[in-house]
Amino acid sequence: MTEIFSWPFAAEILPALLRGAVVTFIATIGGFFASLIIGAVLLALGRSKQTAIAWLGRGLVELLRSTPLLIQVYVLFFVLPDAGIVLEPVTTGILALGLYHGAYVAEAYRAGLDSIPRGQWDAIESLRFSRFAAYRYLILPQAIAPLVPSLGNTFITMLKDTPILAAITVPELMFAANDAGSQSFRYVEPMTMAAIAYLVMSLIAAFAVFLLRQRLGTRYA
Amino acid sequence: MALIWEYRFDFLAGVWWTVKLSVLSALLALVLAIVAGVARSSKLRVLRIASGVYVEFFRGTSALVQLFWLFYVLPYLGIDLTPLQCATLGLGLCFGAYGAEVVRSCIQAVPQGQLDAAAALNFSYFQTLRIVILPEALIMMMPLFSNLLIELIKATSLVSLITIPDLTFQAKSIITKTYSSGNVLLVTLAIYLVISLIAASFMRRMEKVLSRGRQTGQPA
Repeated sequence: MTEIFSWPFAAEILPALLRGAVVTFIATIGGFFASLIIGAVLLALGRSKQTAIAWLGRGLVELLRSTPLLIQVYVLFFVLPDAGIVLEPVTTGILALGLYHGAYVAEAYRAGLDSIPRGQWDAIESLRFSRFAAYRYLILPQAIAPLVPSLGNTFITMLKDTPILAAITVPELMFAANDAGSQSFRYVEPMTMAAIAYLVMSLIAAFAVFLLRQRLGTRYA
Repeated sequence: MALIWEYRFDFLAGVWWTVKLSVLSALLALVLAIVAGVARSSKLRVLRIASGVYVEFFRGTSALVQLFWLFYVLPYLGIDLTPLQCATLGLGLCFGAYGAEVVRSCIQAVPQGQLDAAAALNFSYFQTLRIVILPEALIMMMPLFSNLLIELIKATSLVSLITIPDLTFQAKSIITKTYSSGNVLLVTLAIYLVISLIAASFMRRMEKVLSRGRQTGQPA
């Protein structure tokens, strides 16, 4: 009679899971920064004065938002090599996370820019600010504070989306847990530990976002 | 494209599973969301804490992790579920937790005057909930539920990883059979897009039905 949860076995697989958690962390951070950049690009496309480009941008956002991340991951994983672009699975995964969440980030950026009152733009015009100075000193400082909650949510959602990358053999936490399970035919410990690890990581991330919001809230209130 | 036509029945079988799973888990999630959401705004502390733990736990761990846990760990605990039951339960629990937050915030958004009016009419707690709070809150919930339904439909693709032959699973197996990935994945993306659009328009219609006879319409 073996017990349901074996502590020695849990201790044995802990290093492998921790290595997986590091990859999860890297993928989340990488995906987050990729989504910040891709979001800006998608927003710029959608706001273009050329109708065709604007349609392309909006269509792309719609497509990325209404199809599953897993399929998008497969598209990058299978189609990029056919096009002669061979990337590490982690890089492919980061790119996929960046594209999928970039569409949501673009919407968040749009909301942030829309939250700036019309009078501010008029003031910029009448003070003859350059475009760069206007964004640097007036628009961005005001647009960033309202962005923090939604970007924070994006970060947490991204963390919880990283297990999907296991499907393309990225050696992140879920992949490590599955691997430990299939080697020993004991799934209780690795799966439970992985679940708890995700819970802890997302609670920490949520707390960090909360602190950041408070800080920004007092500065730009 | 001839290839796609050759495998049309595989695609259709996959779509059938995806739709079936979306409907079943959406219904389970709706029930859980209303129960947990009402419990979270209840006066009883025990209920608030219990539903809070449920919501935080299932929102804090990812849907795929929950599916894997149900799929791999439950058999060791002596509970054998079919993959379909496993998937429905996993997605239902996960999206029920997200839905509970929607229900809670919409219940809180019901104006105090309505509650005062219900108290003045001597309604019991359940009468207030059934006649006043939920009908009001439901209209506010619809756009948010609509977003969640789209998220749920997209999340059903994860069940392909626990051996359910849904659309994603079929796409993957056609790729391994034919070594042709581009077209197959493109068609799969298009099918998901169509399913999402249909679901979104269905939810808009429901929203109209629910707000029929109200002059104020949906609050911003």
